Amino acid sequence: MHGFANPARFLRLARQLTLPMLVAGVLLCAASLVWGLFGAPAERLQGDSVRILFVHVPAAWLGMGGWSAIAVASLTELVWRHPLAGIAARAIAVPGAFFSALCLITGSLWGRPAWGTWWVWDGRLTSMLVLLFLYLSYIALSDAANRDGNGQSRIPAIFGLVGAVNIPVIHYSVLWWNSLHQPPSITAGKSEMAPEFLWGLLAGTTGFSLVFGAVVLIRMRTILADQQAEARLRRRAMEAADA
Amino acid sequence: MNSAIKAKHQRLILVLVALAALIGAALMATWALRSQASFFYLPADMAADPPEPDRAVRLGGMVESGSIKRAADGVTIQFVVSDNKARIPVNFSGIAPDLFQENSGVVAEGKLRADGTFVADNLLAKHDEKYVPREMKDMTAAQARQTVAETR
Repeated sequence: MHGFANPARFLRLARQLTLPMLVAGVLLCAASLVWGLFGAPAERLQGDSVRILFVHVPAAWLGMGGWSAIAVASLTELVWRHPLAGIAARAIAVPGAFFSALCLITGSLWGRPAWGTWWVWDGRLTSMLVLLFLYLSYIALSDAANRDGNGQSRIPAIFGLVGAVNIPVIHYSVLWWNSLHQPPSITAGKSEMAPEFLWGLLAGTTGFSLVFGAVVLIRMRTILADQQAEARLRRRAMEAADA
Repeated sequence: MNSAIKAKHQRLILVLVALAALIGAALMATWALRSQASFFYLPADMAADPPEPDRAVRLGGMVESGSIKRAADGVTIQFVVSDNKARIPVNFSGIAPDLFQENSGVVAEGKLRADGTFVADNLLAKHDEKYVPREMKDMTAAQARQTVAETR
């Protein structure tokens, strides 16, 4: 892990990984969405509205997975002070917020035909909305922490860890409490979903995750490049002042 | 070097203790919320502890098989919501969602009258976690299993 404490080494690997991840991800996403729109059968009760599943579920997965990754990065930052951990967490926050919002929007569009309502304040929907707000707060907080100081702030990392308590709440909300949202269809080693839906969904989730990973790598490279440019400017200014 | 390792372990222990406290607090909060965070009452809850007649509440459960009766006016329906422990008759006038049907989940928003009938002013459909293609719904269980096995 600490082999990557040297950003040059990380940048070399990131540069090689970005394009293959992006291409593979886009291809898998396209295959899953084409299958979802044209190949998959209509559902017994829901009919064609079930097709939004192929966007909704990967988006939900990445919204929750994104914050889990922020929590791991925050722990790494707090305990091991790894120089890339804070940068990774900052890079994850924006795509994580995007996919949480996408999950809420597609869920709302799906809720109208399936349940008869755009929105209800049940445990699952409310905790997912809280996740989006946590992302927005995290983005504001880490931006503020990086504007003053040298990007080594502990505060966003603590917030990233504390916010992680919402992740199990989202997952278990449909099991602990009566809710309008149904319990999970896919649990460890078991699926209540017909294979026509399941395999397309797994491909789509993998594809969306690869695109997410590629975007995070690109954003990490951008943040590192920004920091280098900043450091260079500062050095030049010092030299000019000395001369 | 030695002191650096010590500092790292100190931070790790501090973070782990803080996390344990945080998880404990979150568990206590969710446990305390368990009745408030529920979206609806089950028929058994409602039968055991009926809400006041003028309080708006939600009742959720399965629409009992064969219980949907349509009134002559075309918009009023009557059905029974059950959780296999208690049954509560529901009256509703209006447009029911597409997925509202017998043997399927429903959440009714309305009030419980003193005579034990629930008067709903809105119905929400609650579907289960099973996703089954349309062509398979009319098959017998054995046929469906075979089809699933073939497509695998």
